[in-house]
Amino acid sequence: MEEKLKQLHQEASEKVKQSTELKELNEVRVAYLGKKGPITEVLKGMGKLSAEERPKMGALANEVRDSIASAIESKQQALEAAAIEKKLEQETIDVTLPGLPVKVGTHHPLTSVIEEIEDLFISMGYKIEEGPEVEKDYYNFEALNLPKGHPARDMQDSFYITEDILLRTHTSPVQARTMERHGGKGPVKIICPGKVYRRDNDDATHSHQFMQIEGLVVDENIRMSDLKGTLNLFAKKLFGEEREIRLRPSFFPFTEPSVEMDISCKICGGKGCSVCKGTGWIEILGAGMVHPNVLEMAGFDSEKYTGFAFGMGPERIAMLKYGIDDIRHYYTNDYRFLTQFGRAEFN
Amino acid sequence: MFVSYKWLEDYVDLSDITPDELAEKITRSGIEVEGVEVPSKGIENVVIGHVLSCEKHPEADKLNICKVDVGEEEPVQIICGAANVGKGQKVAVAKVGAVLPGDFKIKKAKLRGEASNGMICSLQELGIEGKLVPKEFSEGIFNFPKDAIVGEDALQALALDDSILELGLTPNRADAMSMLGVAYEAGAILDRPVKLPDLEYKMHSDEASSLVTVEVEAEDQNPVYLAKVIRNIKIGPSPQWMQSRLIASGIRPHNNVVDITNYVLLEYGQPLHAFDLDKLKTNKILVRLAHEGEKIETLDDTVRELKSHHLVITNGEEPVAIAGVMGGANSEVTDSTTSVLIESAYFAPSAIRQASKDHGLRSEASSRFEKGVDPNRVKPAAERAAQLLTLYAQGEVLTGTAAHDKMDKSEKQISITLEKINRVLGMSLTAEEVLDLFRRLQIEAAANQGTIHVSAPTRRGDLLIEEDLIEEAARLYGYDHIPMTLPVHETNPGGLSPRQNKRRLIRQVLEGAGLMQAVTYSLTNDAEAKEFALDVRQPVKLLMPMSEERSNLRLSIVPQLLESVSYNLARQHDSIAYYESGSVFLNEQGSDLPREDEHLAGAITGLWQFHAWQGEKKPVDFYVLKGILDALWERLGISDRIRYEKGKEDQLHPGRTAAIFFNGEKIGFLGQVHPSKEKEMDLKETYVFEVKLEAIYNYQPDALAYKAIPRYPSITRDIALVVESSVLGGELERIIKDAGGTLLKSVKLFDLYEGDRLEEGMKSLAFSLVYMDPSRTLTDEEVVKAHDRVLQAVQEKASAKLRG
Ligand SMILES: [Zn+2]
Repeated sequence: MEEKLKQLHQEASEKVKQSTELKELNEVRVAYLGKKGPITEVLKGMGKLSAEERPKMGALANEVRDSIASAIESKQQALEAAAIEKKLEQETIDVTLPGLPVKVGTHHPLTSVIEEIEDLFISMGYKIEEGPEVEKDYYNFEALNLPKGHPARDMQDSFYITEDILLRTHTSPVQARTMERHGGKGPVKIICPGKVYRRDNDDATHSHQFMQIEGLVVDENIRMSDLKGTLNLFAKKLFGEEREIRLRPSFFPFTEPSVEMDISCKICGGKGCSVCKGTGWIEILGAGMVHPNVLEMAGFDSEKYTGFAFGMGPERIAMLKYGIDDIRHYYTNDYRFLTQFGRAEFN
Repeated sequence: MFVSYKWLEDYVDLSDITPDELAEKITRSGIEVEGVEVPSKGIENVVIGHVLSCEKHPEADKLNICKVDVGEEEPVQIICGAANVGKGQKVAVAKVGAVLPGDFKIKKAKLRGEASNGMICSLQELGIEGKLVPKEFSEGIFNFPKDAIVGEDALQALALDDSILELGLTPNRADAMSMLGVAYEAGAILDRPVKLPDLEYKMHSDEASSLVTVEVEAEDQNPVYLAKVIRNIKIGPSPQWMQSRLIASGIRPHNNVVDITNYVLLEYGQPLHAFDLDKLKTNKILVRLAHEGEKIETLDDTVRELKSHHLVITNGEEPVAIAGVMGGANSEVTDSTTSVLIESAYFAPSAIRQASKDHGLRSEASSRFEKGVDPNRVKPAAERAAQLLTLYAQGEVLTGTAAHDKMDKSEKQISITLEKINRVLGMSLTAEEVLDLFRRLQIEAAANQGTIHVSAPTRRGDLLIEEDLIEEAARLYGYDHIPMTLPVHETNPGGLSPRQNKRRLIRQVLEGAGLMQAVTYSLTNDAEAKEFALDVRQPVKLLMPMSEERSNLRLSIVPQLLESVSYNLARQHDSIAYYESGSVFLNEQGSDLPREDEHLAGAITGLWQFHAWQGEKKPVDFYVLKGILDALWERLGISDRIRYEKGKEDQLHPGRTAAIFFNGEKIGFLGQVHPSKEKEMDLKETYVFEVKLEAIYNYQPDALAYKAIPRYPSITRDIALVVESSVLGGELERIIKDAGGTLLKSVKLFDLYEGDRLEEGMKSLAFSLVYMDPSRTLTDEEVVKAHDRVLQAVQEKASAKLRG
């Protein structure tokens, strides 16, 4: 009997080993461990054994059965794993094919430049002020020390609606309005972005409509050195730490002294190239100390208060930052243009 | 202003400084030098030649065979096509091997069988602008004076070996509209003295005032008028050096008298006018305002009608010049003139500006009078002209001037404390340093107990207030020396206003949803100005537009967005999604400024989703755009206050237009562009929206507060309702919501069916209704009760039947 059990064990083990499918393995299970299987048969014949041998044979039979069951079990796991693997392999896809496109829009490059400048100055305690694009002659000119008949009015030919109303030629009227609202009390610390209009024929470098962004600080003891320090900070943040600035004398009716700010040319590092016309410097913005007439007209005591103002064109800044060569690109909304500015920049 | 470097050397020692170095220094301390031109650049080997003989070419009518002495052993033969070439002339000869502007190389040539070894040049061929070439040489070659030395460098003789600095003058620096003004500037920068012209000359003992009388009626406009009288002059060309300097400065030479007045204008910044004294007839000058409608023929052969605010120079009877603008033809200096009256005057800037504008005439003279000339140069300039007329027109100058002079020529006194200078600049200059800066500027200044007293010279009309002195000192000291500091004051937090934050949120949401930000023009044409307007009214118009295309301020953003769409379609880009926010402009009764409303608009066309290799292709439609807007309302916290209704807009598809309401007020539209408009603009199916942002900006949603997550299950009931096709889904949804009561938490449309299985004119809408009570588990009975109310309501209000 012992022989028989050992033989069955060997036979079953062999069959388990040879099984390649779950179905086959199940047949082995039924054949050897089923109620009508050979091991059950062996156990049925136990009655003929002596009382001494019976427990010994019983234990052996159980041992054989457990061993076969465990072999089947592990084989089953192996077969199942193989089946899953096969299925997964069949499900393999080409991960290099294009994904489902997600439509993503972007800021217009002018908005990007304006928001960047706004955020920089907000971090220094400035607020953003806005005003009307159709302005009174008073705020656009007179309150800025440009009385009627002033020769500097020639500098900016404008679009009039009536004799006293026009499309603003700069964002400076927002400064005049804001100062007036402050009723002669500082501090005023603002950034004014917005659209402005001038009588220019549209070409690669001129546009009858464009953007401007200006800053104004009015308080007691505001110095020209504060203007220079602020502009230096701005230039380094916007154009890179290694940029240098310089101020050149200039003229604006609403500031005295007036300056223009250049930054050292990024392309040639200051040696001179075609971009900077050989000078090593690129003109970025106009600025100055607020003219006492402007302070007085807005209700500030110009003996007590001083201030500085600066203004620049986002079109020009974006042109310099990104190398854009034609101002008209900003207003045609060509997808081939706009989509180039989808990538975020982290400075 | 063009400044000849060589000319400037007459007044300031520039021996150790190159034109480029000078330009850089001038730019850094006050006046932008926009360029430095060397007129002889690119020209080589041009000499003065003497035409020994000149004969017609036997084979060609228009060609001449010239033998020219160019200072070499043998004369050279040159074929010249100029009509004015002739024997005996001194001419500019480009020798074989010479180079002319445009890299034009002169080589040996043969013209119709005759050798030509060089070229006789016109001034244009030497790079001088045609409009600056003296008239007698403008159609042919140039002639040097008879005493020109053969073989010498022609460029030197023409003073083309100069450097011309182009100054970009700001309106305040009218003082630099003269060579002397520039000399003072250069002198200050280099800390060198300025050498003024020596005004000595021989006078005739007759008094000018005994021959001529000057009377001024309009003293406000003309406080000083001086007349110099010069007799027995000989009209002829002015000396070559003077002509060269005029050309370098952009003025065409005429004859010695005219050239001298122009030369003094450039030198002193004081415009002069020469009258032919004999043609003046009356020996009298009367300056007055014109009579309305009075006429004068000016030097440009134009008859001009005058207005009563125009200042005129008359001979006591009729006008002989429009003051400061242009002389009259009746008193013009010509070749036969023998006596001249030289006018030197101060005319009020505003009067000249107005007259120059009215007559459309801007000249070297008017542009200087407009900015105010130096009252203290009126006389020296007249004397300088008289001196030059004795030297170069053999004139006989009468003693003194005939004058009317009520001009205040005193210097403006300005005082400023040293403390203020340093406070404004953020520096610590000493009184000595400040005084030294004014010394360099040749401006009188003195310090007394911390105050600097400055006497501002009349040549510097821009120095009026303390701040002007601060700038003057600082620019000369150098802005590089100003330290860099930041404002020291009470710091308030910066930031965006709620409105500005909302604007940025809108950008984020719409861009996240796939729309590209566009920026278009505010000015548009008549037709487009009114299209898609949410507030229909007359657009705001420009008084003087540059073109019809840009003559009105927009009432809507959509038309320009559609232009941009069309622009891209024409460039093979056919899937487009834009948004733009910005002002529209509304004429407002009783307000001087138009109202500016901020609008938000969008336009989409083409494919919304396109995944080619999976074959997924979703074109844009109404609901794509509506979904984006709904996301926006959600982020703005106003979803529950927005309502869509069937709408009607002229330029939109009548069946595909929604009106958008916020808090019960119409704020915008959403719909498909009308197919006829699409066709007109060559658009494909395009959906647009535009909404007013003002009410949304002003609305403050409730503060965010957490609501407990429900702990009890909800019960969902689906119903399919059959209604007439005209019944709106939104309407049905509202009826359901109203009837469902507090237990009904949500209603969602999940199916729309119109087809064969329904009666004609009917449709089926299937909704999923979710009932819930956050505080307990609902019983079936409660749900049934609420649901029955819903069914009853839809039947009563929309004749809806449950679909069997
Ligand atoms: Zn460079």
